[in-house]
Amino acid sequence: MIDGSTTAGGSSAEDPPAGRPGGPRRGSRHGRVSSGFGWYLFKHAGGAAVSLLLVLFSSFFIFRLIAGDPIDQLTKERPVSPEQREAMRAELGLDRPMWQQFWDYIAGTLTLDLGESFQYRRPIFDLIVERLPATLLLSGTGMVLAVALGFWIGTRSGWKQGSRFDKGQVATGLLLYSAPTFWLGMIVILVFARFLGIFPVNGMRSPSTPPDFWSQAVDIGHHLVLPVLTYTAVVYAGYLMIMRSSILDEIGSDYLTTARAKGLRDDEVRRRHAVPNALLPTVTLVFLALGSVVNGSIVTEAVFSWPGLGSLFVQSIFYPDRPVLQALFVLFSSSTILAVLCAEILYWFIDPRIRRS
Amino acid sequence: MTSTTASPRALHLSSKRARRKLARARRRRSFARSWTAYRSQRTGMVGLVLLGAIVVLAIGAPILIDESQLSVTQATGGRMEPPSAAYPLGTDETGRSILALTLWGSRLSLLIGLTATVVAILIGTAIGVTSGHIGGWYGWIALRISDWFMVLPSLVVAIALLAVLGRSMATTITVIALVSWSGTTRLVRAQTLTVQARPYLERARALGAGHWHQMTKHILPNVLPLVLASATLLVPSAILMESSLAWLGLGDPSVVSWGSILNRASDNGAVSAHAWWYLLPPGLAILIVVLAFMMCGRALEAVFNPRLRGER
Repeated sequence: MIDGSTTAGGSSAEDPPAGRPGGPRRGSRHGRVSSGFGWYLFKHAGGAAVSLLLVLFSSFFIFRLIAGDPIDQLTKERPVSPEQREAMRAELGLDRPMWQQFWDYIAGTLTLDLGESFQYRRPIFDLIVERLPATLLLSGTGMVLAVALGFWIGTRSGWKQGSRFDKGQVATGLLLYSAPTFWLGMIVILVFARFLGIFPVNGMRSPSTPPDFWSQAVDIGHHLVLPVLTYTAVVYAGYLMIMRSSILDEIGSDYLTTARAKGLRDDEVRRRHAVPNALLPTVTLVFLALGSVVNGSIVTEAVFSWPGLGSLFVQSIFYPDRPVLQALFVLFSSSTILAVLCAEILYWFIDPRIRRS
Repeated sequence: MTSTTASPRALHLSSKRARRKLARARRRRSFARSWTAYRSQRTGMVGLVLLGAIVVLAIGAPILIDESQLSVTQATGGRMEPPSAAYPLGTDETGRSILALTLWGSRLSLLIGLTATVVAILIGTAIGVTSGHIGGWYGWIALRISDWFMVLPSLVVAIALLAVLGRSMATTITVIALVSWSGTTRLVRAQTLTVQARPYLERARALGAGHWHQMTKHILPNVLPLVLASATLLVPSAILMESSLAWLGLGDPSVVSWGSILNRASDNGAVSAHAWWYLLPPGLAILIVVLAFMMCGRALEAVFNPRLRGER
């Protein structure tokens, strides 16, 4: 959930009040040792490592224990003899005891040997490497645009709270945020690709494009417009609300009055004093919202048949290609966990208060 | 039986009744205060009116349009016909009225969204209050687990679980609740910690109040307003999640929801057939419901969260 008002509301209340009897108090218990970056890094990296392990456990639990025998689904249309079944089970390592399967799975994942896809009959690692650039291109471009747009509008909106601009922007943002991503994508395709015919319907490149670099780049850019537009439209409102409420928190501060008293112009006060301080709490929220970035890109890729990891994930649901689902589950989940770790490390460098505590 | 033995008991009873009456009056007053604050917010009122209208339509759907109109075999219209007098919003690929489908779809989308939210809120509040109040190892583990759920991409987890568990309404509700309880837990836990530090809880502890009494009589009433606001904001995300899952084909195949209508629309090439009447109604319905809930939720949040007071 990336609704700005709730996330921002939650974050401020996050810090436990001082003087509470009992319970974990972060600052004081580790007060002596917490001064170093090493300890800070160790604490957060340790937490992330535990989370990653939990992801591995839960993926094994979901896909091996709840899901049952994949052989039934693999052979659903063909009649197979019991010997063939046994051979298949042995090939997939399913005849071994559960703890050994679990160990094989952990070892395989850690050495990036993710097994073979049922539908493509190829190593999953190769599939992921092949499709990763498309996903990074789409969600990277979309996220940069959404963050930039959201922060820019959010700053102005919060600065002039209650103005017509503010009301209009918040209303537009909420309206787009309320639209289901897949539906907005379908409408965008209908209008821009079908009715107006100015953009391609789906995919990432057209087969007829000459192979030289520039023609390819232009072609991909042309295909990229509609998915990025859809993705940005749905996601930017979250950043807008985060930035807006962060600016609102700063707006009554004494240092802004001081800056004004020095004779700075209004937009100088905003740009040089309010924004840098308001950006601080938003950094973690942006990284925390990475889960919703993954959600958004999966749906967007599915609507536009964008050849990335998200559409691979969706394709694999109905095959069903369990090894791929499992590998992507681990990949998507661990990337959000690592993103949060990055945010925490970044925080050490940009927020001096953490270093002092 | 003499009056001397009965009187302390009667006294006790009457004082208990008086206390309850007092508490009720206090609650009524605080409700009236919140309602006045809520009423002064225009967006919140617009959202409330919209929601009321939608709920009335959803409940009244069987009166307005007969269920037989949803049956594929009894459909009378042509294949993907544009809007006409007989079919104000056109027809789908089997000749059913889109208006009937959208109206009936509201029942399921709302039902799943609300039920999933209630389940998520119950889990979230229970874990939030207990982890904040009891603390210690239990609190630490509960916090870690809710953090973990918070970070994971919810749609990925939901898809993985539904792909494995099979498609039905119950699994959809369970899965949506499972991926959405963590936010409430965090919020409730933080609020619990704030309440814990207040002197009246120390007084209650000093008078010998147990954990259960402290949690239900002192912490919960203080946490509930925030829970209400967060629940109102959780419903739209549950409805959006349900529609995404149903659109991907992971919904219950035997029922009609807005997401499943759009799933059939894309499976049957409504976009390439330029059948805008097939795509617009269910999508706009989702948008309006989500927007209405968000308007109410934001207004409630402004009422209950002092930090946001003054915002409109």
